[in-house]
Amino acid sequence: MSKTIVINGKECAFDGNKTVLQIARDNGFYIPSLCYHPKLGPASKCRVCVVEVDGIRNLQTSCSLTATDGMIITTDSPRVLDAQRMVVNLLLANGNHNCMICERNGDCELQEAAYHLGIELPAFIVEEREDKDESGAFIVRDVNKCIQCGRCIEACNRLVVNEVLDFGFRGGHTQVVCDGNKPMGESTCVQCGECVQVCPVGALIEKKAIGKARSWEITKIRTTCPYCGVGCQQELHLKGDQIVRVKGVEGAKPNDGHLCVKGRYGYDFIYSKERLTTPLIKKNGKFEEATWDEALDLVADKFKQIIKESGPDAIACVSCARSTNEDSFYMQKLFRAAIGTNNIDHCART
Amino acid sequence: MTNSFGEFENAKLFFLIGTNMTEAHPVASYYVKRAKLKGAKIIVADPRYQALAKKADIYAQIKVGSDVAFINGLMNVLITENLYDKKFVEENTEGFEEMKATVMKYPPEKAAEISGVSADLIREIARTMAAIKPGMLCYTLGITEHTCGKNNVMSTSNLQMLLGNMGMESAGVNPLRGQNNVQGACDMGALPNVYPGYQAVTDPKNKEKFEKAWGVNNLSDKVGLMIPDMMHALTTKKVRAFYIFGENLARTDPNITHVEHELESAEFLVCNDIFHTETTRFADVIFPAAAWCEDEGTFSSSERRLNRVRKIKDAPGQAMPNWWIFKQLAKRLGHEWTSNSAQEIWDNEHSMVAPAFAGIKYHRLEGDGLQWPCPNEEHPGTKFLHKDGKFTRGKGLFKGIEWTPPAEVADAEYPLVLSTGRRLVHYHTRTQTGRCGLDRVLDDKTGLNQMMSEERVDMSAADAQKLGVKHGEYVKVSSRRGAVKVRAKVTDEIPAGMVWMSFHFSEGNANWLCNNVFDPETKTAEYKACAVRIDKI
Repeated sequence: MSKTIVINGKECAFDGNKTVLQIARDNGFYIPSLCYHPKLGPASKCRVCVVEVDGIRNLQTSCSLTATDGMIITTDSPRVLDAQRMVVNLLLANGNHNCMICERNGDCELQEAAYHLGIELPAFIVEEREDKDESGAFIVRDVNKCIQCGRCIEACNRLVVNEVLDFGFRGGHTQVVCDGNKPMGESTCVQCGECVQVCPVGALIEKKAIGKARSWEITKIRTTCPYCGVGCQQELHLKGDQIVRVKGVEGAKPNDGHLCVKGRYGYDFIYSKERLTTPLIKKNGKFEEATWDEALDLVADKFKQIIKESGPDAIACVSCARSTNEDSFYMQKLFRAAIGTNNIDHCART
Repeated sequence: MTNSFGEFENAKLFFLIGTNMTEAHPVASYYVKRAKLKGAKIIVADPRYQALAKKADIYAQIKVGSDVAFINGLMNVLITENLYDKKFVEENTEGFEEMKATVMKYPPEKAAEISGVSADLIREIARTMAAIKPGMLCYTLGITEHTCGKNNVMSTSNLQMLLGNMGMESAGVNPLRGQNNVQGACDMGALPNVYPGYQAVTDPKNKEKFEKAWGVNNLSDKVGLMIPDMMHALTTKKVRAFYIFGENLARTDPNITHVEHELESAEFLVCNDIFHTETTRFADVIFPAAAWCEDEGTFSSSERRLNRVRKIKDAPGQAMPNWWIFKQLAKRLGHEWTSNSAQEIWDNEHSMVAPAFAGIKYHRLEGDGLQWPCPNEEHPGTKFLHKDGKFTRGKGLFKGIEWTPPAEVADAEYPLVLSTGRRLVHYHTRTQTGRCGLDRVLDDKTGLNQMMSEERVDMSAADAQKLGVKHGEYVKVSSRRGAVKVRAKVTDEIPAGMVWMSFHFSEGNANWLCNNVFDPETKTAEYKACAVRIDKI
């Protein structure tokens, strides 16, 4: 690496164009940042990521400050910490940040900043509460927890380009609004959930996840979406064998954290009480429960009889375009190698 | 897809024909829209003025089923105005003169007459595509679901070869696949003509190879039946036993009355499924299967990328993985298979017999997976195909293609053209999305507060006015094959003379109306075009 900056006395080498925040993170320094998201780039709105730079009089926002060779940075001076505390205290005052019952407790970037800065009680009086917007099918908006970092707006307009969210009203009344201040459920929002994905606090949460698990109970597993052919990578948040929520995998190909309404919220069919749980054999027009041996024997015997009487081409199958490759492989192997026919197809061309 | 989703964002030009990505492949559409924010030109050809059409720089509202004539018109302009990529054509293709002879019969005025797109706009699109290179062509089922589906597909590759838009980044012919693993089911040889990895069943060398791999000596060298022929053979008893694995043919196939008659005719019907469906009603035996999240495995996406799927829970009750069920049946038919997991099937079986997949092993599939072709374990996978204009068959082959109309066109009795497809919040026949609360998403934000809990017929304001139909009112839609009662959704997406429906709901399913006619070669049904009428109730 060709260039170096010094952060809190430590030499940190880097290459190319990088911000001070990126280099600090690469080197294990925590600087709170609320409006910055790696996918969205610098925003310099919230001012919580300020640092001191030798030779520059004012504090600088590290998320937008491009590092230059030899720069000397301080992230933990009283001046920096006081400024960061002031920002977080003002954000805490602007709404109702009750961590005790918040879904994001333990996974909240504002809470993390307050903890890091040692803010036990907000320094200012909390404003009156406003009603949550629960009109969206899958997303709950809680303006009381919004810190107006603007990530959701940027994501909605620049990443998924659905162009629903924006800031509405002015000054102290500023709020994030859908389509010029409609309830989310009546707006043109298609519930893709990108805003939830990037929200640093509990202002945008998944309705289905409410009350299901605390953040520290969650295990995460990467898998592939079962719907269309894009192959989006999902991060399942699990409590035991229950999916609590689905997030997109940040940085993954092809979707870099993005999902659609089906991929993000269409998961719970697997828990349906209507699932088939036992082999069924139709007798006198009605399905009756059977053992695996009974059902498998019946099918195999019938196939053997038909092969004997009419040849293997009197059996045909339609395979599944939703199930795994390995299932498809064994289906065609069953028909080709065990039955002896190429009568195998699926909805390949539709 | 010849190319990859990762190339979308930096593409300079998109030509989107017969693809409503916003609803059918939403995440892909984000990248198209982002490319536009970065300055890419978007050309959309679609009968519906859908969301991407509204964002397009150039929108061509082509008539349903006119794609071949429209594309021939574009190629006519490229050739007559000398705008095509002569170097690419000379070096990498053959059949140009034959294709040219056909294309010369489609001057823009003739293409305009058939497609409803003005000759000037056809010229503008051709000139734009020639000026901005490379360009990515994407299509979906708007191209394939016609009696001329194969010809439509060949027209798209004719166009991209003529422009030299092949074998490089942000170019190519890119069909977005509808199901999560329809690409994989093809890759695995769940097709009547090829073994896994696209190896023809008619080639004696392949027969010998697979007989050796599978320890058998009875592999058939005869191409098998395609779905419509299988279904028909149920009624003639030529096919006596029918095995349906995870498909709901009774609602996904055209002309439901006829399809149900065919299923009813089966002497013996077996289903693997995770739910009862309209199709399992006809079964003699149903095997309960593990679902997504209940078994390890892989999916192949549209961009030929192998991705892992993971098990997080056991299947409910006695339900078992599908591969296990097939293995047990094979055992009873006298075949002992040794693999005992998805990984063993992939690593020890599929990747050993399919050369394009030989380098893909489970241990390489952590993270972002791999794109085939991937012939050996050192190979990084293939981002885009036909690099430097080198095609699989050697030279890219142009084909002269004549336009043919849909099998059924509007007439006095059935004056409207019905086209069909998918809507955003549902997937196919809702066996899954119908159980996730997706019905609660509002479909219509214009005041009617309609939840997406029932089908509707999308129609133009002009036709609604002519028929005296109000937005939200129940109407009867009928074709020569059936009739459904659905609400009318009056929308600016639909031109006069056309209506549009989906196949998500059991009642009001478009397939009660659709025409069971097929492309002669691919046997793909003409879901995109039939004639209907609308009557007030």
